[in-house]
Amino acid sequence: MLSVDKLNVAYGQSQVINALSLDVAPGEIVAIMGRNGMGKTTLMKSLIGIIPSQSGSVKIGNALLEGLESYQRVANGLAYVPQGRMIFPALTVRENIETGLTVTGQKEVPALIYELFPVLLEMKDRRGGNLSGGQQQQLAIARALASNPKVLLLDEPTEGIQPSIIKEMARTLRRIRDEMGLSIVVSEQVLSFALDMADRVLVIEKGEFVHESPRAGIDEKKVSAFLSV
Amino acid sequence: MIGDYTYTEFTSILAMQGFSGLTLFSVFVLMALGLAIIFGQMGVINMAHGEFMILGAYMTYLCSHFFSEYLPSLFSIYFFFAMILAFAASFLLGMLVEWGLIRFLYRRPLDTLLATWGVSLILQQVYRSVFGAREVGVTLPDWLMGSIALTDIIEIPINGLFVMGLTFLITIGVYLAMFRSKWGKSMRAVVQNRTMAGAVGINTKMVDRLTFGLGCGIAGIAGSAFTMIGSTGPTAGQLYIVDTFLIVVFGGAGSLIGTIASAFTISQAQSTIEFFLSGSMAKVLTLLTVVGILMLRPQGLFTLKIRR
Repeated sequence: MLSVDKLNVAYGQSQVINALSLDVAPGEIVAIMGRNGMGKTTLMKSLIGIIPSQSGSVKIGNALLEGLESYQRVANGLAYVPQGRMIFPALTVRENIETGLTVTGQKEVPALIYELFPVLLEMKDRRGGNLSGGQQQQLAIARALASNPKVLLLDEPTEGIQPSIIKEMARTLRRIRDEMGLSIVVSEQVLSFALDMADRVLVIEKGEFVHESPRAGIDEKKVSAFLSV
Repeated sequence: MIGDYTYTEFTSILAMQGFSGLTLFSVFVLMALGLAIIFGQMGVINMAHGEFMILGAYMTYLCSHFFSEYLPSLFSIYFFFAMILAFAASFLLGMLVEWGLIRFLYRRPLDTLLATWGVSLILQQVYRSVFGAREVGVTLPDWLMGSIALTDIIEIPINGLFVMGLTFLITIGVYLAMFRSKWGKSMRAVVQNRTMAGAVGINTKMVDRLTFGLGCGIAGIAGSAFTMIGSTGPTAGQLYIVDTFLIVVFGGAGSLIGTIASAFTISQAQSTIEFFLSGSMAKVLTLLTVVGILMLRPQGLFTLKIRR
């Protein structure tokens, strides 16, 4: 569904992503693990078009995404939940979700979204900035889902979220995959969360994938060795 | 007896000054609405706002001439066409300026001050070359002239009433556009986080251009209304730009209600004090008060209660 081929991303002279390739099957959940500064966030930002790439190609289905602006990538079926959530604080919860509807042209928030996140329905007239961290994370996911994506990118969704909610989130994301039939790419540092939800785990180091393993039969020790500082 | 005035005289003075304050308030609100969008929402310090207003005034002037020359039968309603033309001209020029200049400066808000000041100088010279340095005035149709006598002493000018009605309608329109329309939602999302707005699927460049154009267009309508009260010259916009910024900052940038409340306070204070003291004393006193209040409440009168 998503295919990345020999992607290169650099900030000026410093190369952050090195000829990285990645294929995500329809309905697959892929976790990209790595320590700080290994290029997870840069990869995500370059996929959604916030940071330009130097070379390489990114495709959704057959649609090429190179050179497209972020909003055009969203229209092609990519959705993005950034690190730190980045909801619009002064917009109400409902308005936040509705911003995601821009590319679909729908007027009403799909019922499924409130079904997945009932707390957002309760708080729909509150301002996004007044929600707790966990609720804001749900709001950011809901906003991304509103554009009816084929591929959902999540950048460190567990950051600053309490452990009980992390468990819940892994379940919800799997349910989203099952009901909406989309692919999910999630970048993560928490191994337990990645193991809870992913079908496949990749380890990124210095902008390259150094280890890859399906969820079944994964060598947890080896992966956590990559993650330890 | 209060001072040299009898009690009835005193209330009449208050009522008439109050009304002229209301007219001033309407013009302030009209000018400030556009700036509340451009400065309050987008954070662009638009020093050329006054010139966009004057563009609207000149369009009205052209329209009044055109109608009296070629369509005298429709002269009594030319004002409505003039307002549409004023809006369209300022809107288009606003979009052009955004495309040619402002879009490169969203990350450098202070530089917008210099750049738009340059735009303002250019526009002033253009007006001087095209329309001449002398001030021009428009002829009002008969139904807008004169006044309604409420009592023996209190008289209410009709053009003032018209400006007030117009302001009311446009304020409602701006409110609906900002808080009920799809564009308004996109605009508020873009000004809060431009990068993220793009990443949820909003065409931020388009929204920016439209927002700036709309703010300028509203200034154009303000200029159109302005011709009923004062005359139009190439530099007339400069007289109002300071007041307009003062209103937006005092009301709290980003708050529509704040803008209206602060326009009301400042205009009423000015026109009432003006009668008893002098014009410049009125300015000094209101400015001192506003500066004092802003020192205690730097965020302005109204702010949103949210965590940032």
